[in-house]
Amino acid sequence: MVAIRATLKRDLVLLLRRRSEVLNPLVFFALVITLFPIGISPDPALLATIAPGLLWVAALLAALLSLDGLFRSDYEDGSLEQLLLSPQPLPALALAKVAVHWLLTGLPLALMAPVLGIMLSLPAGSYLVLALSLALGSASLSLIGAIGAALTVGLSRGGVLLSLLVLPLYIPVLIFGAGAVQAAIQGAGVSAHLAILGALLAVALIFAPWAIAASLRISING
Amino acid sequence: MSLRLQARKLACERDDRWLFHDLDLELCAGQIVRVEGPNGSGKTTLLKILSGQLADYRGELFWKGAPMHRVRRDFLANLLYLGHASGVKAALTPLENLAWYQALAGAPGDEDDRLAALEAVGLAGFEDLPAGQLSAGQQRRVALARLELMPRPLWVLDEPFTAIDREGVAALEARLEAHTRCGGCVLVTTHHALRASAGLRSVCLGEGGAGVER
Repeated sequence: MVAIRATLKRDLVLLLRRRSEVLNPLVFFALVITLFPIGISPDPALLATIAPGLLWVAALLAALLSLDGLFRSDYEDGSLEQLLLSPQPLPALALAKVAVHWLLTGLPLALMAPVLGIMLSLPAGSYLVLALSLALGSASLSLIGAIGAALTVGLSRGGVLLSLLVLPLYIPVLIFGAGAVQAAIQGAGVSAHLAILGALLAVALIFAPWAIAASLRISING
Repeated sequence: MSLRLQARKLACERDDRWLFHDLDLELCAGQIVRVEGPNGSGKTTLLKILSGQLADYRGELFWKGAPMHRVRRDFLANLLYLGHASGVKAALTPLENLAWYQALAGAPGDEDDRLAALEAVGLAGFEDLPAGQLSAGQQRRVALARLELMPRPLWVLDEPFTAIDREGVAALEARLEAHTRCGGCVLVTTHHALRASAGLRSVCLGEGGAGVER
């Protein structure tokens, strides 16, 4: 428990001292969403129909962008080696690192999305669902993505491979996440979509830490 | 059960070349084993195998007489490994770095202990600077402060003398000897000739052959 708390604190401090790494995905998200009305059409009706998918895809790519660095700096300066050699359960420590990643990437993205939704004239009433679905979904994205990040940490240019590895696994989250917002716009019930997002997160929470730990072991042994 | 790390008929192959084979090694309390050999002779690989990081080898490892895979938790709780990369985060201060290592060992630790450890490695006054602003030797010393801080009997040190100045080398050598006198054991790779002492032995890795013990 002490080790988990210390790892949480250490990673938070580290990321807050390198703010550009935290800001990059958010800026990317904002830029993509700003460019779409300019590139397609400022017609509010058209934008409103594509807004849920657009916001979700952009947030997903922004989260993906930040994943490569999740274990890389630890790998390069030898801390990862030490993490693996500690007598603590590695899945728990990995989960702490992923939690920090979500807190500083997924959660800010979810909070930012409604503001960008205004720009896409997203119908009122779907903002809360948008933020909620992104908060839930991005936690799954962080967990799943961390498996890929752990597998590719030993490769010097693992970025592309990482995307190829995790994108197929992101698709269910994207479908139900964007679906939730779509349902909210149409006035249909959103609870089914959110429940499935929650279920995906529960499954990811149970299995991903072990998969991340195993992947880290493979990467370090390689 | 007393400390004992044993390797039996250890062999490792890399890129169709035997780094070492039929290597028997025993490390008991009170001993320093120095692994020597030219660059690329497999010193780091041997240390990684012996510290349980690499699984890609042949032969058997025993810790306190039991097969390694069964007592891995206990082994890790007794091991302090310093690798090539120092494991010091550049964006954190030496104090924060040490605090994390203490917590990783399972205890929240004490700030006074950390300050004392930093002072012991000659870093008094640098404890609140980001480690990235320190020199290479000073960063190495931050890593070495873990030796002072964490009471673990088995030390596995990969080139600990890198970037350390002459006084630092002498102090570290004395520290290693003091550790063995207190019942600890040390496995170290270095190109630096260690002062002869009672518990010192050398294992020489050479051209694709077995390790020769001297």
